Amino acid sequence: MRVVVLVPGVLRSAAGGRAVVDLDLAEPATLGTALDALTASWPLLDRRLRDERGVLRRYVNFYVDGEECRRLAGVDTRLEPGAEIRVLPSVAGG
Amino acid sequence: MHVLAIGTRKGLWLATSADRRSWDLDGPHHPMTEVSAIALDHRRLLVGTANSHFGPSLLASEDLGRTWEERSPIDFPADAALERVWQLTTTADPDVVYAGVQPSALFRSDDGGRKFSLVEGLWEHPHRPEWGAGYGGQAVHTVLPHPRDERRVTVAMSTGGVYRTFDGGTSWEPANRGVQAYFLPDPYPEFGQCVHKIARHPAEPDRMYLQNHHGVYRSTDGGDTWHSIADGLPSDFGFAVVVHPHRPEVVYNFPLTADSDRFPPGGACAVHRSTDGGDTWTALRTGLPDDFWTSVLRDAMCVDAAEPAGVYFGSRSGEVYASADEGDTWRCVARHLPDVLCVRAAEV
Repeated sequence: MRVVVLVPGVLRSAAGGRAVVDLDLAEPATLGTALDALTASWPLLDRRLRDERGVLRRYVNFYVDGEECRRLAGVDTRLEPGAEIRVLPSVAGG
Repeated sequence: MHVLAIGTRKGLWLATSADRRSWDLDGPHHPMTEVSAIALDHRRLLVGTANSHFGPSLLASEDLGRTWEERSPIDFPADAALERVWQLTTTADPDVVYAGVQPSALFRSDDGGRKFSLVEGLWEHPHRPEWGAGYGGQAVHTVLPHPRDERRVTVAMSTGGVYRTFDGGTSWEPANRGVQAYFLPDPYPEFGQCVHKIARHPAEPDRMYLQNHHGVYRSTDGGDTWHSIADGLPSDFGFAVVVHPHRPEVVYNFPLTADSDRFPPGGACAVHRSTDGGDTWTALRTGLPDDFWTSVLRDAMCVDAAEPAGVYFGSRSGEVYASADEGDTWRCVARHLPDVLCVRAAEV
């Protein structure tokens, strides 16, 4: 099934300049398997989005079809065919 | 050409000079990332960065910052995640590079800093559950490879103190005898001290200097024992201690009033120098300001390898000073930068 990832401007250089990345995933798919597929193509994105344990960066938000994943099931959030994953840095820093 | 790399809370600046008196400043490189560790080795720059959103990273430049390459991440094997690189140390072997990191661990690269592996012997040390975190986090912040014996490495961490290996990292022993931990019930424990920085001279590696969380010490036996050299200083608190590049008995220190008063005494900016291994100290103030209500962090002071030696420091208020005459006189290299976390200097 196909899903789409919207990459914020600050991360596009790590995604070959792309604002939108289409992914073809095996079902059942989760946010975690989508990130695995995304970072297999764009490895520099991996540590930007999650640490080496797979824990999502605290100040990066992942909206799955408009809902932040931490209000869903985190990296285990199930994706429907055609899902949109919007990556957005949260408000942080000084 | 002389190069001074300045790592700050929000990026890296590179200052260059022909005479170490007039400096050109270039930056920021990697803006909005903490540049917490720098190795500057001829034309090779290796920096550890941390972004508040996107985590830590390791970047290298072979052309003094014109182009950068992101290196493979420093990954813990399991049950831990890298928070920040605190120290990058090159060795006599250009392929061997060490990284001291938060949480407290040591990594080693055998390919010039492209890939790093965890030094398991230190990570698995039975003391590790008792190593604590100070305000800045729990980290191995100092790595001192022995200049002539690659099996011997000394590290320092806060808190935990000094540890040494004699077998290439398989086994580690604490080396804190004589170093006080005033914040613990036993003021002289085997380990647990909040050591802020140690320095050693490559020509005389058994001679080391240590800035403690209150206390300044010297060892002349490779860390077997430590003895106070704080008597001639206005305070025994501070973060940075640096040894002269050519004369092992010359050491530099930047005293702060106290743990509870982290400014130079009276707000007078002063580097203190000893030319007799810490027995006596002289305040160096020519060219340095009054009303300096800031501090100098543990890696924010360094020397170059030139003759006469250059001495450099940066402040949390974003000022950087350089001396081209071993500390006798000082000039301002930069103002109004973000907090200076680390400085490294070299002639290239």
